[in-house]
Amino acid sequence: MLLALLALALIALVLATPLALRRVEQWRSARALRPPRRPAGPFDELYDPGRERRAEQRARELLRSCVNEEEWGMYRDLGFIRVAGRHARREVDRQARAAYAYLVYPHKPIVAYVPQSGQLLSEYCVEFPDLTGSGGRHRLPASDDVLAKWMALTSDEDRVIRRANMHLIGRQLDPARVRRDLWRLAEWERRRGDRQQVPQSQR
Amino acid sequence: MKFLRMKPGHGEVLLAEGDPSMQEDEERLVEEFRRQLEEGMWAAVPVTNPGSGRREAQMVKNYADIPPESERVIFFPRASGG
Repeated sequence: MLLALLALALIALVLATPLALRRVEQWRSARALRPPRRPAGPFDELYDPGRERRAEQRARELLRSCVNEEEWGMYRDLGFIRVAGRHARREVDRQARAAYAYLVYPHKPIVAYVPQSGQLLSEYCVEFPDLTGSGGRHRLPASDDVLAKWMALTSDEDRVIRRANMHLIGRQLDPARVRRDLWRLAEWERRRGDRQQVPQSQR
Repeated sequence: MKFLRMKPGHGEVLLAEGDPSMQEDEERLVEEFRRQLEEGMWAAVPVTNPGSGRREAQMVKNYADIPPESERVIFFPRASGG
């Protein structure tokens, strides 16, 4: 009985060998046709689920090191930064507070508004796509996007506004939400002002 | 001086670092600066406005435009309409 089973196994092995060899041959020829794998570059890494989070953490630190303390606090607490506009219609206005300002959100349009009245002016849709990015990644971390907008607006406002697509308020952002953000900003500044006045009054 | 570049999925990446007063380092920095601009990056230096005391950025289009006391130059993708 055992001998018969061994004989059967031997026959099965002999019959299966050509099939296995054919499979190996197919795999080899498919492998030869495949383009050679690129050597891993400095930015080509395996997928890492924590990568975006770490990238955002680094971006936040970079943003913090570039903007002033008030702007950092604004971003940390409210999720956006206000940047004053540089242009003024009259020379006398240059000396006073900015005639208009921008709210800079991560990965959302820049909103222009009038600080004195709270009137919303327009949305400027602008992106900073890194077309050299590997693995289909073109989008900067959220805080890098804010920093890029901040740098572009504070250094060359005209250039970034020229490149942006201007729309009326409401195209991408909900005007009610922006108004709520302006209210939050006013409250935040009021509380911050109170906090700064307390130590002075205690002296 | 450090050259940093914003990179999707990475945050900032250190591209080059050197002392601009050393000729060898400066040549390396100039080369890297040119390469980044050719790749379509914008370059900015965070500075403090001497008049208002506010933090702001200064865009640099040539290596020679970098303020001498700068500690870092940040390269980031150029803006386009979204």
